[in-house]
Amino acid sequence: MADKVTIDARGRSCPEPVIMTKRALDQNGNRAVVLVDNQVAVDNISRFADSRGLKVLVKERDGDFELTVG
Amino acid sequence: MAQIFAVKGKKDVKNKKTMWMVLAGLVVGSVSVALVLGGNPKNMGFCIACFVRDIAGSVGMHQAAAVQYIRPEIIGLALGALIMSVAGKEFRAQGGSSPMTRFVLGFFVMVGALMFLGCPLRMVLRIAGGDLNAVVGLAGFVGGILLGILCLNQGFSLRRTYAQSPLEGGMISAVNLALLVLVVAAPPVVLFSAEGPGSMRAPVWMALAAGLIVGALAQKTRLCMVGGLRDAVLFRDFYLLYGFIAIIAAAAVGNLVTGNFSLGFAGQPVAHTDGLWNFLGMTLVGFASVLLGGCPLRQLILAGSGNSDSAVSVLGMFVGAACCHNFKLASSADGPTPNGKIAVILGLAVVAAVAALNIQKQKSKR
Repeated sequence: MADKVTIDARGRSCPEPVIMTKRALDQNGNRAVVLVDNQVAVDNISRFADSRGLKVLVKERDGDFELTVG
Repeated sequence: MAQIFAVKGKKDVKNKKTMWMVLAGLVVGSVSVALVLGGNPKNMGFCIACFVRDIAGSVGMHQAAAVQYIRPEIIGLALGALIMSVAGKEFRAQGGSSPMTRFVLGFFVMVGALMFLGCPLRMVLRIAGGDLNAVVGLAGFVGGILLGILCLNQGFSLRRTYAQSPLEGGMISAVNLALLVLVVAAPPVVLFSAEGPGSMRAPVWMALAAGLIVGALAQKTRLCMVGGLRDAVLFRDFYLLYGFIAIIAAAAVGNLVTGNFSLGFAGQPVAHTDGLWNFLGMTLVGFASVLLGGCPLRQLILAGSGNSDSAVSVLGMFVGAACCHNFKLASSADGPTPNGKIAVILGLAVVAAVAALNIQKQKSKR
């Protein structure tokens, strides 16, 4: 199984984190780790992953969020 | 140590959020109708563009006597977002993502909005009042959003934001409190319209309360007129669009009940019938708003929640509004002005250039 790609979308404003996640998922077999720094991005990416039937694991770290998708 | 606090993807969470969004839309639509009953111009319960313009006039930035008033709705929206974001631990002081570019984009959002005579929220409220010119505007708005999406897909970005001090994030709220003092105290230095749309206003307490309620709900739900259409096209995500539709539904029913619904093109309140320029004005608004990441309402809400980039966008709209009236760019019920047409074309060119010059190369690391 390929390693998950890590995307740093911290500081990016809506909807860039979702676009970056979408691109990473498309290129890497629906698996990616995404770093974001706000709840809006967490919600948006979670909703997007949900629409693809993918699971999202959210970890909070020093005010940032690490989302493991797929 | 990392803390795992949620596994997302649960249907009940999703349904609950959708329910909140529909509720927020219904409240925004109903409150807008109530504000018109309270004294605001028809189909103008809320209009971020018109109201920011009124505030610009009230502090003497422009001299259009008919559109000068410190609209408490604007103050309430931003303060409602501040209160809700602090209560929900979502207040984040951040900024530094191309602020000057955002200022220029905000400026041209206003140029487009005052060509059409309304921000996207008022466009929705005009549709709910039966104003078919706003349907033409919506078509242009969708066109502008599609242009913006094209740029996003190519890698458009205004680069990242950085954490700022809470003081920086709260500064716009201090400005809002100062405006609140000005509207309540009404010293002779501020200008309040004696006639025209600026003289038509709901009582201060009502306008402020309406703003606070809608601002809080918009912060909680992320309600955004641009985001609704954008996410539907980009991700087949209809969450934000539910709010958009709920506003139309509630406001249309409210207008029918209160006798303020009138279907047609001609004689609509604070509107003109020039289809081409209604279309192009909203194309400019849609295009620039996608690049900003949200509609004028959303910029105001984000500004209240600590985002100083959005505060700068609002300032861009504020200065844009003043220029629109000083340079005769703003339309009236008689239609667009020659200067306004030039400004909209110029705006489309500037926004396209901003978009093209901010397309970043993609990179990801393993």
